Amino acid sequence: MAKTPERQIQTRDSSVEPMQPVPFRVERVKRETYDTFTQQLIPMNGKGRFPFAAGQFNMLYVFGVGEVPISISGDPGDAGKLVHTIREVGIVTRALRKLARGEVLGVRGPFGGCWPLEEAAGNDLVIMAGGIGLAPLRPVLYQVFSQREKFGKVFLLYGARTPGDLLYKRELEKWRVRADLEVHVTVDQAAGGWQGNVGVVTTLLSKAHFDPINTLAMICGPEVMMRFAILELRNRGLGPQTIHISMERNMKCGIGLCGHCQFGPHFICKDGPIFRVDRIQDLFAKREI
Amino acid sequence: MPSAEVNREAGHPSPRKGRDMETIEPIIREHPFFQGIKSDYIKLILGCASNVRFNQGEFLLREGEEAHQFFVLRHGKVAVQLYVPGRGPIVIQTLDEGEVLGWSWLISPYQARFDVQAIELTRAIAFDGKCLRAKCEEDHDFGYELMKRFSTIMVKRLEAARVQLLDVYGKDTGKTNPDQR
Repeated sequence: MAKTPERQIQTRDSSVEPMQPVPFRVERVKRETYDTFTQQLIPMNGKGRFPFAAGQFNMLYVFGVGEVPISISGDPGDAGKLVHTIREVGIVTRALRKLARGEVLGVRGPFGGCWPLEEAAGNDLVIMAGGIGLAPLRPVLYQVFSQREKFGKVFLLYGARTPGDLLYKRELEKWRVRADLEVHVTVDQAAGGWQGNVGVVTTLLSKAHFDPINTLAMICGPEVMMRFAILELRNRGLGPQTIHISMERNMKCGIGLCGHCQFGPHFICKDGPIFRVDRIQDLFAKREI
Repeated sequence: MPSAEVNREAGHPSPRKGRDMETIEPIIREHPFFQGIKSDYIKLILGCASNVRFNQGEFLLREGEEAHQFFVLRHGKVAVQLYVPGRGPIVIQTLDEGEVLGWSWLISPYQARFDVQAIELTRAIAFDGKCLRAKCEEDHDFGYELMKRFSTIMVKRLEAARVQLLDVYGKDTGKTNPDQR
C-alpha cells in the first residue's frame, strides 16, 4: 500500500522522531483577512534552521487543544523562518490564532512531497490558486523568483471569494508590477466600486497566453475548483501529466501510518499532497473516496 | 450617453462608416467568436457593425431596456451588475478585451437583464441586434450559425455562474475536519 511520494524530499531532520513535536515560539503574527492570518515561528532551541520544499506541510500542535496540518507558506530559501498562513475555521486553528508573540506550540514536519519545480524548468508555468490555496503556492513563487532564468513565462491566476478575502495583498501588488510574472486576480463576487475582475478563477485562463506543449500547471484550492481548472487546462491543450494539484484529506499522523488521509491507494500525507493529475484522475470521479 | 465614435444605431450611417468597415473587418475575421464563419456571413455581420467607445462609468446596457446590441470588446473592462436595494450594485461578472457581451438581443423579449457598466475606458465593436435578427430571419442558416456561437458562450457563462453559486471558498465546505488547511 505504501508508496513513494511523487517527489521524495529529504528536508526533515532524520534524527528527530516524526511523531514528536518540536517546540517553536511565535515570532510574529500578521492578519491577512478577517479570518486568515500568517504566523512566523522560530525554534525554541535557538537552532534556527528548518529546511523545507515548496508544497510541504507541518503538523502544528496547540498544547491541550489539538494538532492540524498546515502548509508552509514561507520562502524555502530562508530556512531561518517557519511561516504558515492559517484560516480560522475550527477549534485548533482558532486556538492558533489566539497564540501571541512569544507563546509556544509544537511542530512536526515537514511532511509530504513538493511541487515539481525541477520538472517545470524550461517550460512556461501556470500557477493557479483558489482562496487559501495561494498559501502552499507562495513558496513556489519565491523559488521561481530566485531562479527566474530557468523558466519561460510564469502566470499566477488567483481567485478568492470577495476582494476582502484576497491574501497577501501587498505582495500581490509587488508581483503585479514585475515584468517577469503575469498576475491575474479575480473574485467570485464584489460590490460596485471594485475595479478588478469578477468571475470564477478558470475564466482567468483566457488571459494567459502560454505554449500548451511546453507548460506545466500547479493548482491548489478547493477540490471543486481544481476539477474545473483541470478541465479548462485540458481544453487549452495541457496533458494530465503536466498538471499537478495539491490534495487534502483528514491528515493526522503525517507519515502514512494512521490511514485517516487515505485516497484510494494513496495516503495524502505521505504520497502527496502534490499529485500529478494522470495518476489520480480516475479517483477524482469516485464519490465514495 | 455613451460616446459613440460612430452612430451605433442601424440604419443611420455615419460619415465614417466606410473607414469603420475597413478597421472592423479584419478584427471580425480574426476574432475567435467568428472563426470559421463563411465570408458571406462576415459581410452580413459587417453591415450591422460599428466602433463604439464608452468612458469609465458609462453604461453599455441597462436592466429592463431594449437589448438591441451585442459587443465584441476590443479594449477596457466592463462589469455585468445587478442593483440590489440596500446593497447597491453587485458585480456578477467582468468582461474584458476579446470577450463577447450580450445575448438578450437574440432571445425574446429582447430586453437587457443586467446593467453593464464600463469600469475603465472601453472600446468595442457594437453589432446592431435588430439588423442581425432581420438577417437571421431571412437566412436561417446564418441564424443557426450565430445561435451555435452564442449558445457556446451562454453555456460557459452558465457553468461559471453555477460554480460561483457553490461558494467554493466559503467556510461550509462539508469537510469532516474544518481545521484542515
